[in-house]
Amino acid sequence: MSRYFRNVWDGIFTVLIGMKITWSHLFTRAVTRQYPIVKAKLPERARNRLYVNMDDCIGCDQCAMACPVDCITIETVKSTPDMDLGLTSVGTKKRLYVTRFDIDIAKCCYCGLCVPPCPTECITMTDVYEFSEYERQSLVYKFAIMTPAEIDAAKSRLAAYDKEQAAKKAAAAAAAAAAKAAAAPAPQTPSAGPAPAPTPAAKAAAAPAPQTPSAGPAPAPTPAANTAAPAAVPQGSTAPASIPAPAPKPPATDTPSPGPQQENKP
Amino acid sequence: MKTFLLELLKNEVLVYTLMAIVPLLWVIPFALFAVWWERKISAHMQDRLGPMFTGGWHGWSQTIADIMKLIQKEDIIPTAADKKLFMLAPYVVFTGSYAAYAAIPFAASYIGSEINIGLFYIISISSLVVVGLLMAGWASNNKWSLFGALRSAAQIVSYEVPVALSILAVVMVVGTFDLQEINHLQTGPIWNWLVFQKFPLLLFACLIYIIASLAEVNRTPFDLPEAESELVGGYHTEYGGMRFALLFLSEYANMFAVSAIAVSLFFGGWNSPFGDFLSGHWALDLFWFLGKGMTLIFVQMWLRWTLPRLRVDQLMYVGWKVLVPFSFAIILGIGVWVLAAGQ
Repeated sequence: MSRYFRNVWDGIFTVLIGMKITWSHLFTRAVTRQYPIVKAKLPERARNRLYVNMDDCIGCDQCAMACPVDCITIETVKSTPDMDLGLTSVGTKKRLYVTRFDIDIAKCCYCGLCVPPCPTECITMTDVYEFSEYERQSLVYKFAIMTPAEIDAAKSRLAAYDKEQAAKKAAAAAAAAAAKAAAAPAPQTPSAGPAPAPTPAAKAAAAPAPQTPSAGPAPAPTPAANTAAPAAVPQGSTAPASIPAPAPKPPATDTPSPGPQQENKP
Repeated sequence: MKTFLLELLKNEVLVYTLMAIVPLLWVIPFALFAVWWERKISAHMQDRLGPMFTGGWHGWSQTIADIMKLIQKEDIIPTAADKKLFMLAPYVVFTGSYAAYAAIPFAASYIGSEINIGLFYIISISSLVVVGLLMAGWASNNKWSLFGALRSAAQIVSYEVPVALSILAVVMVVGTFDLQEINHLQTGPIWNWLVFQKFPLLLFACLIYIIASLAEVNRTPFDLPEAESELVGGYHTEYGGMRFALLFLSEYANMFAVSAIAVSLFFGGWNSPFGDFLSGHWALDLFWFLGKGMTLIFVQMWLRWTLPRLRVDQLMYVGWKVLVPFSFAIILGIGVWVLAAGQ
C-alpha cells in the first residue's frame, strides 16, 4: 500500500522535475543556424566543387588518371611546331590543345586525389557546395574553352603536318634505300651498317663510304630529327611519360592519325 | 447578449444562429494560433527555432499557409473505404467538440445556451467525439486507423470516469450544474476560486481533472490514438486535405473546451483574480477567460513536450487504479465535509 502511494507521488514529482527541465530549455538559446541565410564557415581545407583554371591546363591527363571514380574526361590535340600556345602561370610550355575537359561532378566523390598530381596546380577544390541541378546532365561541367571551329582547325593543322612529315620520312626512307642499294656492291665500306644518306641518292654512292669507315648508322641530320623531339621535358620528374614527343610515324602509314587521346598507362 | 440581439433583430432563429457562430469566431483563430504556438513552444523546448520564415516575424503566418495548402488539396477517399462513414466522420467529430461550446460561459454576458444542466450537457455531448473517431477509424479500412480508433474509444471511455467524478466533486460543493452560476459563485479575489475551496480536496480534484482531460483530448502523454511513431497517424491516417484539417481543428477545439471547463470549474472563469479590480466589462471578462484558458493550453503543450507516451497498460493503470480511486476518495471527503460543515 505504501508502495502504491510512493509510486503515485514519484509519478507526480518526476513529472514536475521534467517540467522544470523543459521550462529551463524554453529560455535557452536555440542551436539552430538558419542555413540559407546564415552559412557555416567552412574549414580551410574543405573539399567541395572542383574548378579547373583552363589557362594553366597543359592536358597532361594526370588528374583523370588519379581519379578513383573516373569522373574526369580529357581529350587533347597535339599542336604543330609552328604554333605557340603560350606558357602557364608556373612557366610550363603548353604543347597540347585541350579540346575537352569534362568533370562529371555527380560522380565526384570529393576525395581530392586529382589535386596534388597537377603539375600546374590548375585543378582545385573550391568551397562552393550549393550546385544542385534539375537535370543530371547539367552536373557535367565542361571546362574546355575551345570552340568546335578551333578544335577542327587544330586537328586539320595537325593532320596536314603529319602528312607532310610522313611524306618527308617516306622520301628519306626511299633515299636511304636507294643509297643502300647503290652502296651494297661498293667494296670500300667495311661495316655492314648502311649509312643513311642525307641527300638524294644519285651522287651518294661513293661519297659516304670513306667518311664513315667503321661506324653504324650515323644520325641523319635532316628531316627525321623532328624539332619537337629534343625539347626538354618541362615538368621534371612528375610527368616523365605523359608529354610525348611527336615522333614521326613509320612511312607505311600514309594517313597517320594524330592520336589525340593519350594512353593511360604511365 | 441574447436579449440584446432579440430586441435588435426580433427573430429567434437569426439570433440563435448568430449566437452559435460566435464561438467559431474564437475557435478557428485559436486553432490557427495554437498550432503555430505549439510548434514554437516545442521548438524552443528542444533548443530549436521552429518556423521562422513565413510571414516575416518568427513565421507567424505559417499555419495560415498550411491551411491554404490543405484547402487546395485534392479530396482523396480510399477506394476500400466506407465512403459515407468516411465522409461523415470529420463532421461528427467537429460537431461533438463544437457543441460543447454552447454551454461554456465566455463572459458574464455571454453564454451560448443558458441551460441549468450545462456541465452535464458538456460531458454527454463530448462523448459524440468518440463516435466520430470510431467512425473515422472503421471507415478508413486501414489497420492503423482501426487501432487508433479502438485505442481512442478505450481511452476516452476509461478517462470519462475520473473526469466525471472530479466534476462531481465540484458540483457537490457548489450544488449546481450551471457553469454561469458556478462562475458567479467564484466572484471576488483569487482565494474565492474553487480550486482553493475545501482545501486541498478540490485542488486534487483539479489535478485529476487536468490529467484525465489530457487523456480525453488525446494529447501526450496520452496520445496513443494518434501515436505517430507506431500507428502512422491513428484514426486520421487516411484523411487528407480539408477533412484532415477538420479533424485537426476539432482536436484543438477540444483542447480549448476542456481548458475552458477547467477554468470555469476551478479557476474562477471570467472573474478577475483581483476581485473588483479589472472586472465588470464584457471585454475584461473575455480577457480573463481566454487568458486563463490559454495558460492551461500552455500547460498542456508544456506537458506534451516533457513526457513520453504511456503504454496501453500504463494508461489503464493510471486511469483505473490511480485516478478513479483518488477521485472516489475526494468525493467521500467532500461529502463528509459538506455533511459536517454545511455548504
